[in-house]
Amino acid sequence: MALEISPQSADGSTPSSFLDVRDLRVHFPTEDGLVKSVDGVSFTLEKGKTLGIVGESGSGKSVTSLALLGLHKNSRARVSGEVWLDGQELVNLSEGEMRSLRGSKVSMIFQDPLSALHPFYSVGSQIAEAYLVHHKVSKKEARERSVEMLKRVGIPQPERRYRDYPHQFSGGMRQRAMIAMSLVCDPELLIADEPTTALDVTVQAQILDLIRDLQEEFGSAVIIITHDLGVVAEISDDILVMYGGRRVEYGTVQDVLEHQEHPYTWGLMQSMPHLSGDVTQRLNPIKGSPPSLINLPGGCAFNPRCEFRDRVPGDRCLTERPELLPVLGSDKHIAACHLDADGKAEIRGTADKAVK
Amino acid sequence: MSTTKSIAGQRPAPAAESSGENLLEVTGLEKHFPIRQGIVFQRQVGAVRAVDGLDFAVRAGESLGLVGESGCGKSTTGRLVTRLLEPTAGKVVFDGEDITHKPVVKMREARQNLQMIFQDPYSSLNPRHTVGTIVETPMRLNGINPPQGHKRRAQELLEIVGLNPEHYNRYPNEFSGGQRQRIGVARALALKPKLIVADEPVSALDVSIQAQVVNLLQDLQREMGIAFLFIAHDLAVVRHFSERVAVMYLGKIVEVGDRTAIYERPRHPYTHALLSSVPEVVPGSENRERIRLAGDVPSPINPPSGCRFRTRCWKAQDKCATEEPPLVRLEGNGDGHLTACHFPEEPTIASRGEDIVLDPALAALEEARRQSDTGV
Ligand SMILES: Nc1ncnc2c1ncn2[C@@H]1O[C@H](COP(=O)(O)OP(=O)(O)OP(=O)(O)O)[C@@H](O)[C@H]1O
Ligand SMILES: Nc1ncnc2c1ncn2[C@@H]1O[C@H](COP(=O)(O)OP(=O)(O)OP(=O)(O)O)[C@@H](O)[C@H]1O
Ligand code: SF4
Ligand SMILES: [Mg+2]
Ligand SMILES: [Mg+2]
Repeated sequence: MALEISPQSADGSTPSSFLDVRDLRVHFPTEDGLVKSVDGVSFTLEKGKTLGIVGESGSGKSVTSLALLGLHKNSRARVSGEVWLDGQELVNLSEGEMRSLRGSKVSMIFQDPLSALHPFYSVGSQIAEAYLVHHKVSKKEARERSVEMLKRVGIPQPERRYRDYPHQFSGGMRQRAMIAMSLVCDPELLIADEPTTALDVTVQAQILDLIRDLQEEFGSAVIIITHDLGVVAEISDDILVMYGGRRVEYGTVQDVLEHQEHPYTWGLMQSMPHLSGDVTQRLNPIKGSPPSLINLPGGCAFNPRCEFRDRVPGDRCLTERPELLPVLGSDKHIAACHLDADGKAEIRGTADKAVK
Repeated sequence: MSTTKSIAGQRPAPAAESSGENLLEVTGLEKHFPIRQGIVFQRQVGAVRAVDGLDFAVRAGESLGLVGESGCGKSTTGRLVTRLLEPTAGKVVFDGEDITHKPVVKMREARQNLQMIFQDPYSSLNPRHTVGTIVETPMRLNGINPPQGHKRRAQELLEIVGLNPEHYNRYPNEFSGGQRQRIGVARALALKPKLIVADEPVSALDVSIQAQVVNLLQDLQREMGIAFLFIAHDLAVVRHFSERVAVMYLGKIVEVGDRTAIYERPRHPYTHALLSSVPEVVPGSENRERIRLAGDVPSPINPPSGCRFRTRCWKAQDKCATEEPPLVRLEGNGDGHLTACHFPEEPTIASRGEDIVLDPALAALEEARRQSDTGV
């Protein structure tokens, strides 16, 4: 097996970052074989910063986020690696210890707020309850806090809406309520899994800006998971591109969107239509379909779909797994592709023309 | 700025008035779904005004995009046009024939020329039928016997949409989302239609698969001259696929025009807000205007009087509540660029001096930040 060098490999050192994920693996034993949904993912995140995780359906984004929250603990999933949050390791915490962190220090916004909100309790009381679980306060204080949060996220007439049930809220309002609930305990890490995918674009814009503005105020670290590169470009500082449960590219938004180093990221960019630029240019889709997570292709997992593998001499793309290597002249930009710098520059040149 | 109308007073004509070759002409189209109450004697207590007076046309071989947010009536429009729903009022003329109230049993001939592709490639294909059966059924139902036989024709169609003809005997669940959508396209093509109504054909697909299907549809449009009514909420996809675009809000078309008019010179405040909400990856998009509306789209059960957008519009004045703005060509608009607004915006999407932030929570947070920035 090829070794994977990364700036934050599991070397046992004490983490200096607020969040430091090292070589995270989540494998599911199934009848068909071992599904390696997440296979060696590492990243770091500071408070006040946003990381966007992108990748196609099934690339392991949600499984990663559930692992950070310790939500695989009672399942058949095999989780390994380290998740250091503010100096504390989470993978080896007991479910009880993890539960006391969830909703307070770490919290989550789901794509579908209806699945996270209980239909039989009022929205306001659920937010108050989330506060009561982690704070020694009176019911009245919890209620006041809940109303205050509803107001902060822009629910009109929060005192009155406090008593409404989830089904009485529109989609956009439910997502706001979900945000209110996830922020009620001032979490230091907020994980948002496709928080706007189910929403209309004008409402999506409101919600993304709201997450960004609230983050600025609360200073929390945010991980936003999405398949939409546009969303990531809008609110993230860093981007992690996943393919088949692994990292293929990682860096700042500028690094990844303006100087892509991996053919999969180029492919994503060129598949996307835009609001401006040449419309006569055909979209250039990535051919083929996502890989099996049970039998990931050998060598580079992307090789069956890669247009450029023939440029790499000696069939290396088929036989040797590319390491995540630092990109020359950047701080944290890394990518896993055998192409040499000249080859990448050349391909990027043609790709850029297509996008502009 | 002037709001002088070039066709003052008269009923606005369909958007494609200049061309004589309208394949589809829709006038005054309405669909009101009754809301009933009571268990034994159901009484109508109101109506969902899903589509509330649409005028538009699709020319032969062109693609008209229909965009707008959830619930604005896009799918209902598609289903009215294909006669899957009975309109409450208005007229649908297809290929020179009034099909507004044509009984479904008599639709056979028109149906051949007028096909539909659905959003969900999972539920729109019968899981118990083979791909071959799915593609052949429309031919058999319509009594079409291609010279090469049904099977050969179905295999040809599979090849056209980029599937392996050997997949003829397989079942839908053996295919990925993008491949299933191709099967749906092959089925729609079986009758060589003149118009395909595509309702969110790529919304459920990953971006790279979405691009494959968009390219496929584009080839069909160009090479086979098939016209499209292309329904989607993704404005970038619609821009890529449709020469002309109609923007809907709460059951009405608020603006229609060619691609450049809508994406570069929009006049309706809602079109501005919509475009400004799309997150973009391309560098340079920072120079776009920033508009953040408040709240969600109001209910189509009790749409606001006058202009339906007025409850979320920053330009609204008294007139907007009392008088419904007609869909007309404003001064300064190009040919076929129609806008329904009393106080239209400047025809540009460039950033303005100040953002328009109507969302109260956002406005409060941003105001607090501004104060602390200047205070320090
Ligand atoms: N409990 C489980 N047992 C077996 N396989 C699983 C389990 N949970 C997830 N997987 C598999 O892990 C892979 C990654 O799933 P994940 O939900 O993380 O994808 P994703 O990147 O979030 O995709 P999407 O964009 O569709 O949400 C998928 O192939 C999924 O089928
Ligand atoms: N059969 C029906 N009975 C009652 N109301 C309906 C019916 N079908 C649609 N509606 C309502 O009509 C309005 C328009 O619905 P439609 O499905 O046309 O919207 P849309 O623009 O396609 O939205 P989306 O983007 O969510 O698909 C909505 O308010 C919807 O709830
Ligand atoms: S390693 Fe090879 S196959 Fe993989 S992305 Fe790079 S060029 Fe393509
Ligand atoms: Mg997911
Ligand atoms: Mg619809």
